[in-house]
Amino acid sequence: MNINWELVWSSLGPLLTGAIAGTIPLALASFSLGLLLALLVALMRLSRNRVVSAVARIYISVIRGTPLLVQLFVIFYGLPSVGITISPWPSAIIAFSLNVGGYAAEVIRAAILSVPKGQWEAGHTIGMSRRQTLVRIILPQAARVSVPPLSNTFISLVKDTSLASLILVTELFRQAQQVAAFSQEFMLLYLEAAVIYWIICLVLASGQSALEKRLDRYVAH
Amino acid sequence: MSPTETPLPVEVVPDAALLTVRGLRKSFGDHEVLKSIDLDVRRGEVVTLIGPSGSGKTTVLRCLNGLEVPDAGVAEFAGQLTVDFSTPMAKKQVYGLRDRSAMVFQHYNLFPHKTVLENVIEGPVQVQKRPKAEAVQEARDLLARVGLAGKESSYPFELSGGQQQRVGIVRALALRPQLLLFDEPTSALDPELVGEVLAVIKELAEEGWTMVVVTHELAFARQVADEVIFMDGGVVVERGHPDTVLRNPREERTRQFVDRLLNPF
Repeated sequence: MNINWELVWSSLGPLLTGAIAGTIPLALASFSLGLLLALLVALMRLSRNRVVSAVARIYISVIRGTPLLVQLFVIFYGLPSVGITISPWPSAIIAFSLNVGGYAAEVIRAAILSVPKGQWEAGHTIGMSRRQTLVRIILPQAARVSVPPLSNTFISLVKDTSLASLILVTELFRQAQQVAAFSQEFMLLYLEAAVIYWIICLVLASGQSALEKRLDRYVAH
Repeated sequence: MSPTETPLPVEVVPDAALLTVRGLRKSFGDHEVLKSIDLDVRRGEVVTLIGPSGSGKTTVLRCLNGLEVPDAGVAEFAGQLTVDFSTPMAKKQVYGLRDRSAMVFQHYNLFPHKTVLENVIEGPVQVQKRPKAEAVQEARDLLARVGLAGKESSYPFELSGGQQQRVGIVRALALRPQLLLFDEPTSALDPELVGEVLAVIKELAEEGWTMVVVTHELAFARQVADEVIFMDGGVVVERGHPDTVLRNPREERTRQFVDRLLNPF
């Protein structure tokens, strides 16, 4: 196979633009919102109130039990038929945030439960309320425990954002598709896109180890 | 550490009752762990609870700190607070018990993500809303007095078990409680580290702190305690002066327990 280096070079611009203006902000926005949602859902799931905890359980079950692509299509192509029309970018962010919210909620719940009961008691014995103990004592320790699994979620999300190309969001993969259709160099362009995804994930993985090291003191040794 | 330096939280009136507990009951499921326990602690007094594991002694301590809510019984704190555990209000009132006492745990339960100093000032600053500078100064003084000067910025995992437990004690003292509760404070320590922790507790006792100590260290109980309570199966089997309970017990069960601890083989 002869590599068309000229095309590699000339397509780099659109692909990197797709990554920088599409994939990366989409992943960052969805992950941040998704994490907030996940924390809320995790706390609901841990609530002693049965209704609250059931709502959280059903949400998690639906998100994990249905394909992300279906969730995305329901929001973008489905909702207009009930009168709700959301443009591509917000649709993508909503779908990905809801998805991260479901998966990360279980990670955060498990991380909270992994903090020894004695830490709750130590918080209580110095007079802290449940909320104070949660925020100041439990969550910082749970954060450290959840870094590796949440990094997994984030890395999956970066790759899953390619699905947004199917609802017309201009991101890395959609750019690759367009250049490929124009040049008919499918192998080259899709491999090029793959390499860029891979590099983004390598950066994220190294960020993960740095964060783990920094938060190391947050766990009992 | 001289007694005059100690910031005693309340004026010490010897022999005045600080805590009176009557008819304390607690069940976990079908298992009745405490079957009507009475307890009297006077100001400046050291009460030690001894007994085999499962006898309920730790549960008594946890009830006094509001970590467990008893099913029945009444606790009265120096005329300031009366909690009747059989009423639904008790769940809220246990916070009052917690404000007046502080617990030292068997496994220290220090906050691993906070430095020694942060561990100590967390309660005074975050809960009691005392000025931070004042809390820091007091924490430094207390740490120095238990031999931990220079360890303020260390993290718990960098300390030995004995040092961690001394931080645990200082964390409790910094709350300026009226009552100190020790739950087997030396049981998790390597044998060579037990002495340094017991020495600190003994000094606190000599300074006039009021404390209830659950322990297996009979020599410590004999030296420091004003009263020794022997519990078994959720009841108080025998109580009295350490010399009586530990050397010349009236009850056969007490004698057997003490013998077993003194001669394990």
